[in-house]
Amino acid sequence: MVKTTHLDAQKQAFLNTARAFKKSLPILMGVLMLLALAEALIPKQAYRLIFSGNWFFDPLMGAALGSISGGNPLTSYIIGGELRQEGVSMLAITAFIVSWVTVGIIQLPAEAVMLGKRFAIVRNTVSFWTSILIAIVTALTLGIK
Amino acid sequence: MIKKIIEKVGVGEAILFLAMMGYVILGIFDFVLLTDALAVLIRLLVRIVPILLVVFVVMFLANLFFENKSISRFLGKGSGFRGWMVAIAGGIVSSGPIYMWYPLLSDLKEKGMRDSLIAAFLYNRAIKIPLLPMMVHYFGWDFTVALSVYMVLFSVVDGVIVQRLTQRGAER
Repeated sequence: MVKTTHLDAQKQAFLNTARAFKKSLPILMGVLMLLALAEALIPKQAYRLIFSGNWFFDPLMGAALGSISGGNPLTSYIIGGELRQEGVSMLAITAFIVSWVTVGIIQLPAEAVMLGKRFAIVRNTVSFWTSILIAIVTALTLGIK
Repeated sequence: MIKKIIEKVGVGEAILFLAMMGYVILGIFDFVLLTDALAVLIRLLVRIVPILLVVFVVMFLANLFFENKSISRFLGKGSGFRGWMVAIAGGIVSSGPIYMWYPLLSDLKEKGMRDSLIAAFLYNRAIKIPLLPMMVHYFGWDFTVALSVYMVLFSVVDGVIVQRLTQRGAER
């Protein structure tokens, strides 16, 4: 009797999980397809053209660029490293690295569907501005530009 | 018209359809670029399938062992400091792309998880322990430590602001 109840609970938990997953799959697939499309269409060299070395616009641009990009954080480190070699300020690179993961314009529709439209918009907007703040605070702490 | 279509087929399916249309249009104008995009897509899929399986198992275990009440206790209104620690640690140790975790978070939200803790969880996904050596390699120890500490601190700031703003919206 107890064994049957336990099996029922397992079955129910599996069905609930499968149902939640089934609901998410089309969105996840759509986001993946858009990310792949963006990665194929935007050449890495394009990032270098955007930064000018300005104290105000660089972190803003860095955060904006990180927000519309996305994917594995490792890619942001590699691009950040390349940008640094090109003489781009650490302010811009830091905002870029932080917003790369914390802000996601491409996955915003998926976030809105799963976690609520208001939550998704508020979270991404707040994360965008905090990525700039983190860049400034980090640069001030370390005494770097 | 668009709203009616979305209501009928669902938002997820509409996004998927739009993405597919993007590929079709790209294929018409530049077939080489289309094959590049498909190669990237396959690479992404190969990378995320194992993570998806992990997410599925975590969700299954959460459904099996945690009732709504216990989730509310750990991550709900009265969770306090412990809730923050669970969200921050969860965000740091979770792997894979951010959107892979939406189903689980959506499930937990329905069970009472606070918006602030969801935001903190998502924010801390930027700190990836296995990737830290790479960051040190590119930017040095000082930068890596300072950025990681600020990320954790600002995740709480981010969570508090998100909670206030989403709550204010709900009250209106």
